[in-house]
Amino acid sequence: MSEYVVRRRVYFTIYAILIACTLLTAQVAFLDLGAWNTVAAVGIAAFKAVLVILFFMHVRYSTPLTWLVVGGSLFWFGILLVLTMSDYLTRGWHTY
Amino acid sequence: MASSTVLLPPHHYLNDGYGVKSWLLTRDHKRIALLYLAGITFFFFVGGAMAVLIRLELTTPAGDLVSDETYNKLFTMHGVMMVFFFLIPSIPATLGNFLVPLLIGAKDLAFPKLNLASWYIYMIGGLFTLYALIAGGVDTGWTFYTPFSTVSSTTNVIPTAFGIFITGFSSILTGLNFIITIHRMRAPGMTWFRLPLFIWSIYATSMIFVLGTPVLAITMLLVAAERLFHFGFFDPALGGDPVLFQHLFWFYSHPAVYIMVLPAMGVVSEIVPAFCRKRVFGYSFVAFASVAIAVLGFLVWGHHLFVAGESAYSAMIFSSLSFLVAIPSAVKVFNWTATMYKGSISWETPMLYAIGFIGLFTMGGLTGLFLATLPIDVHVTDTYFVIAHFHYIMVGGAIMGYMGGLHYWWPKISGRLYNEFLAKISAGIIFLGFNLTFFPQFVLGYLGMPRRYHAYPPEFQVLNVLSSAGASILGVGYLLPLGYLMWSLRYGRLAGSNPWGAVGLEWATTSPPPTENFAETPTVTWEAYQYDAPAEHHAA
Amino acid sequence: MLPDTAHHHSSALAHQFDTIEQQRDATTLGMWVFLATEVLFFGGLFATYSIYRVWYPDAFGAASRTLDITLGTINTAVLITSSLTMALAVHSAQVGQRRLLMLFLVVTMALGLVFLGIKGYEYYQKFVEHHVPGSNFQFAPEYARNAQIFFSLYFMMTGLHAAHMIIGLGIMTWMLVWSWNGTVSREYASPIEIAGLYWHFVDIIWIFLYPLLYLIGRHVHV
Repeated sequence: MSEYVVRRRVYFTIYAILIACTLLTAQVAFLDLGAWNTVAAVGIAAFKAVLVILFFMHVRYSTPLTWLVVGGSLFWFGILLVLTMSDYLTRGWHTY
Repeated sequence: MASSTVLLPPHHYLNDGYGVKSWLLTRDHKRIALLYLAGITFFFFVGGAMAVLIRLELTTPAGDLVSDETYNKLFTMHGVMMVFFFLIPSIPATLGNFLVPLLIGAKDLAFPKLNLASWYIYMIGGLFTLYALIAGGVDTGWTFYTPFSTVSSTTNVIPTAFGIFITGFSSILTGLNFIITIHRMRAPGMTWFRLPLFIWSIYATSMIFVLGTPVLAITMLLVAAERLFHFGFFDPALGGDPVLFQHLFWFYSHPAVYIMVLPAMGVVSEIVPAFCRKRVFGYSFVAFASVAIAVLGFLVWGHHLFVAGESAYSAMIFSSLSFLVAIPSAVKVFNWTATMYKGSISWETPMLYAIGFIGLFTMGGLTGLFLATLPIDVHVTDTYFVIAHFHYIMVGGAIMGYMGGLHYWWPKISGRLYNEFLAKISAGIIFLGFNLTFFPQFVLGYLGMPRRYHAYPPEFQVLNVLSSAGASILGVGYLLPLGYLMWSLRYGRLAGSNPWGAVGLEWATTSPPPTENFAETPTVTWEAYQYDAPAEHHAA
Repeated sequence: MLPDTAHHHSSALAHQFDTIEQQRDATTLGMWVFLATEVLFFGGLFATYSIYRVWYPDAFGAASRTLDITLGTINTAVLITSSLTMALAVHSAQVGQRRLLMLFLVVTMALGLVFLGIKGYEYYQKFVEHHVPGSNFQFAPEYARNAQIFFSLYFMMTGLHAAHMIIGLGIMTWMLVWSWNGTVSREYASPIEIAGLYWHFVDIIWIFLYPLLYLIGRHVHV
């Protein structure tokens, strides 16, 4: 299995996008979007993370097993978050 | 079977270098397994000593042996030692470390130096936690519930939490090592569905090690930080929620019980076909069931919080999921039973332990369903019913599996046979002692005796005395193997490479195996458990 | 897999592996599995954060506004740049450019130190403003109780992140030594790749910490 050598131009392009997104998220934070502020902030962060994972960490060029490990860890964090939240968000609900 | 002309192989892993340095700096997974064996045996008897004191106190209704605070420290250290330093590492770190490369046809694990580091981390964490015991103890219970552990307890919570935090890395690195090894170091021809089921179990266990333990690690850090720096995560005075601790703690600690039982199930899946001389019924179902248990086991932790204050809706979800997780376990029990049907069964010691596992695990598992049922749990939670339930799984299940595996593979590990008569007697004593200790506890719990109390109403005494009597018998049962197994190292009959006539790569090499496991990397062309196939597929 | 007699006799090949490709494959996968454990490790903190943010949005907003957004943004840019230089270091290792590799490693480490320096200054600011949880904590009365939870999370999460950065600097030092003494080469670049994975992961954690800690309630004009 030979290791794919990513061209440096790719790295610089991704870097530029990452910096742009950082400035964007800082600006958006000062706009009043209500609940969407959080969505935007987390969404932009997730987009940045995906770029780092795919290109800086070479996941785009990696094996399906690597994708499974990455996806699995995020899914398991999701289990922790969702099932715990299922308690906290329903504490006020009545059963009668 | 071994004959009187069996000789020890001239070069094997035990005589490949002598002296303390050759053991403490070894990279050989087999030697590391034995280092772990020494460690876990030590911590088992420490935890056992705590149990002796607990059962001694509980023979009388009054709290007359120790004070209530001391009693709290006893059951805390019993839990901490037994869970984190015995049960969690037991099969994976000893039998897993020894056997995984052998069973898949590899020379060692993927990362031998990391393996040694795991052992050092385990020992350092264990001795550090033991220090916390000797230096005054901890009284929070092994579950460290907040806000008592973070605010009110005046005992050594921080060193204990830190010791557990350190030891967690041992688990994580071992699981990581197993996962990479099983993915990337199988011998040619050893496809996933030709793997022994023990490997599937270890793989599923390793998934839990890797995904669950880190959450325990952060939880222990949060407890220590809250106590040290007065952070506000679980403190109601600041708007924190103590139940959050329970969510985080049980997110690991429930899957942890599957860490304890999955490897034991894997051992049973090896012993049953060997002593019934028959393929495992429904191999792929058993393999998938292992993975299903690991996955579903992460979805049920809220059943520990039914009366803690989690929402009713959340409780209903967790209750339903808890019913679901019983299904793959049941599939395994059915398949082992079907394997025995029309098999040529022989009753050597490993098989006795395997049968013991199947029966006692079934009882423990069924009582788990009672506990998953919300209205019943409200009645018996925090009573001896729960204690009986989990001891049926952990002692009747996991420890029986461990003992069975130890006896099954002892000839491979040591090159010697133990005294079969003594071994059978010990198995019987353990079975008898176990049931006498823990069955009365189901009744006690149903009748309302709370757990973690050092004094109880006089009407509970008879059942408590029965339980304590059983505990003393159980103790004898565990001491006997220590004796005859050690004795066999020097004086036991030589075993030869395959004393049981079993099928599997481990039996195709000498007993004890050479350091590099196989003279030549094997190429696998046969299915697992081919007891019905021509002899050349079996061991030499 | 080839039988034992047809080994690659690379000096970097460990005895338990048959080929250098198997070794690289296994070690890379090993680092990914380790990073998965780190996701769950930090995940416990992110889950805790999520719950309390849902419960106390106004207190969290008030507390977040006291963080220095300029320094936070600069630090985010610093870390992203260090990820770029790390990726360039990996590239240099893969094509056998030893000098460039060492240069990029040093720059990565320097940027890491800049990050830690700025972080240290921010911690000092928090100490001076009495925003460190404990008996000296002072905050606007209507939010004080819950703001302490925010700051507990702030110190815990950024503290743990900083600890990982320090470990990362240690790993980079080790990689620098290996690059200098020839252990790392064009044929055996995987240590740099694996160290890079760790570094990028620490960057990703910060990519999430930045908006979650610095950007809450910024639009509120109090």
